[in-house]
Amino acid sequence: MLEQILKAQKQMDAACKAIGRQINIMEVCGTHTVAIFRNGIRPILPAKLKLLSGPGCPVCVTDQSYIDAVLEVAQRSDCIVATYGDMIRVPGKGGSLETRQFSGNVNVVLSSEDALRLAKENPDKQVVFVAVGFETTAPATAVVVKEAAEKSINNFSILSGHKLVIPAMKALLSDERNKIDAFLCPGHVSAITGYGVFTVIAEQYKRPCVVAGFEPMQIIEGLAEICSMLSRNQSAVKSVYSAVVTKEGNTTAQKMIAECFEPADGYWRGLGKIPASTLKLRPEYSKFDAFKKFGLSKEPVENKTGCRCGEVLCGLITPPECHLYGRICTTQTPVGPCMVSSEGTCAAYYKYQRPRRK
Amino acid sequence: MGKSKHTKILLAHGGGGQLSDDLIRNIIQPLLQQKNKAELTDAAKLNLDSKLICFTTDSYVVKPLFFNGGDIGKLAVCGTINDLAVSGSIPLAISLSFIIEEGLDFEIFEKILSSISKQARLNNISIVTGDTKTVEAGSADKIFINTSGIGIRIPNVDLGFGKIAIGDKIILSGTIGDHGMTILSQREGMKFETPLKSDCAAISKLTQQLLQKTSGVKFMRDPTRGGLSATLNEISKETGLSIEINQADIPVNPTVQAAADMLGLDVLTVANEGKFIAVVSPQSVQKFLNICRQDPLGKNASIIGEVVKTTDIPIVEMNTQIGGKRIVQMPYGRELPRIC
Amino acid sequence: MCLAIPARIVELEGDSAVVDAMGNHFHARTTLLPNVKLGDLVLVHAGFAISKVDEEEAKKTWQLIAEIDEFRNTQNKVSG
Repeated sequence: MLEQILKAQKQMDAACKAIGRQINIMEVCGTHTVAIFRNGIRPILPAKLKLLSGPGCPVCVTDQSYIDAVLEVAQRSDCIVATYGDMIRVPGKGGSLETRQFSGNVNVVLSSEDALRLAKENPDKQVVFVAVGFETTAPATAVVVKEAAEKSINNFSILSGHKLVIPAMKALLSDERNKIDAFLCPGHVSAITGYGVFTVIAEQYKRPCVVAGFEPMQIIEGLAEICSMLSRNQSAVKSVYSAVVTKEGNTTAQKMIAECFEPADGYWRGLGKIPASTLKLRPEYSKFDAFKKFGLSKEPVENKTGCRCGEVLCGLITPPECHLYGRICTTQTPVGPCMVSSEGTCAAYYKYQRPRRK
Repeated sequence: MGKSKHTKILLAHGGGGQLSDDLIRNIIQPLLQQKNKAELTDAAKLNLDSKLICFTTDSYVVKPLFFNGGDIGKLAVCGTINDLAVSGSIPLAISLSFIIEEGLDFEIFEKILSSISKQARLNNISIVTGDTKTVEAGSADKIFINTSGIGIRIPNVDLGFGKIAIGDKIILSGTIGDHGMTILSQREGMKFETPLKSDCAAISKLTQQLLQKTSGVKFMRDPTRGGLSATLNEISKETGLSIEINQADIPVNPTVQAAADMLGLDVLTVANEGKFIAVVSPQSVQKFLNICRQDPLGKNASIIGEVVKTTDIPIVEMNTQIGGKRIVQMPYGRELPRIC
Repeated sequence: MCLAIPARIVELEGDSAVVDAMGNHFHARTTLLPNVKLGDLVLVHAGFAISKVDEEEAKKTWQLIAEIDEFRNTQNKVSG
């Protein structure tokens, strides 16, 4: 493996020399952010290669109003909240699912199926599934919503927080302040969508896109491929994750998403409103929409804490440049989702990078 | 064996009256099979040869009560023994205190007692005093166990943070994450079938050998809650020194790694119950390692890193398998499974 | 986003499967991969198999796949 790394390093060095200036590659995937940190990849990259962490952490980009909606449901004694572990410590107004200590009606689940099973086993309660995630996770939600409809499991509903990657990438590129030269694209989102979806980014926005897996070698190869393309002024979509990703993706999963969901405008923390960037349940499945069932608000909440997660998500600043980072905002006392989520850029910096002098 | 006519624990069994007496005489004492039937007094009288003793206390609330490789009883005895062992002493006696939720099946209680008895015998430790309380249904989760333990300090052995110096090596006695992942695999909502087994075991015989046969051992600790991350960070914080470890040298069972990966957990933060970390002077390391590796509980012992100078603030840093570097932070304290 | 690990299908009934990841057996739904069969290596995310893994292709850069093979061949050597 070390040989392969040396080879990739040489490739990156040569490409960076040829380009001359600093190059900024955005990794659009929180799982990539964590993998890069956990494996200590940054220290072995060329000095002129800067990695920007983008809004690929579904927890980080979840607007506070969504979390407040979850907390509102959790307060009700007739409800059971089923959630992935990622959401437990995300702060809303006045606390998180963890600190609010709801009396036993918050269940951490590993799968949407577990959430549906909770509904079957507790017919006298309303079970609400906190459905977050990108295109990788949306099909799993769609499958159980369909099943709930087929079997009339009417005490089941979802709070859909699912988001789409391409609209966010376009929104980032539309911001004049952006300095993105290329994208390291999410391997598992691509397993569902196919790598073809990034063609618009490469062709219309002229940014090379490389889809990579999550092992350190796969990430390094992906970065090396991007550097090569940049040095040749080439803007295309490539995949170095061919074991899992095809151009067309998983069409069954795509159909499943399309059957249950439709794109809707949505609020992304730090990015504001992005058209057609979130998934909303189609009218025929609206009785499983917990926002409707419980009359919950989706209006975004104004952030007064001084949190700069938004700028971090866009790659405009690094976490240490935020005045709250490491001082008021730490993994123990997070202010914004970027610190709470194990995938969040700030959490990854805090956990894996050298801390600033106290 | 138990001669109670009840099948479940009642509140009265903790009331200090007839049922309590019945519980102690007919269930607890026979199952614990102590050589000399202890007097039924509130405190044990011990004759200690030395004035240098170690004293520890711990509570056990593990869920589920029975798991592959052990149970709450075994954990209680081994855990207490291990705390005494890594403090540089030979475990001598423990106290046992139960808080039992009304309605617990007698059969379960008896199984736990048998396990405690077996571990005490295997490890030559006496149970010298105890207490039993019962609480209303819902006030405790089946059974909680509290212990305290006394050990006699090994002569000429004085372990402590203050002894640790730059250049000392860090030795890990074996694979990490086995206990924590086994427990998780049997928790509600996470159940998955696995051949994994908790590494729950008493390490005192091995530590005694090591401390008696090697000089140069500065400090020892068992990485239980919070795993390797927590223990190394504690050492760093208390000494003001930094630690550098090498990922490639940390032994991990691939099945444990896969289970942790599936749940999104960092194996460095997962609990262990039959392992220890030792900080050893460079001159003594080879001898220490050789003794370890000859024992089944230390067969995978490995030098995982060393104590280094602190440049700005004390940190624990890991050299990753690909030649990079990253910080190993103190874990939050409740690592949750993730999908992202 | 998101965590997914490769695992082999060891039991399959309809779209309900048991997958093996280095000896751990997890339940997974194969609803999103209607053409999988027993023995296939798949990527599992949040309880669902989301993609088949091309093993030959994977062995080129995916260290974990090579380790899966090695593990299978030395299964009785689980240390600890």
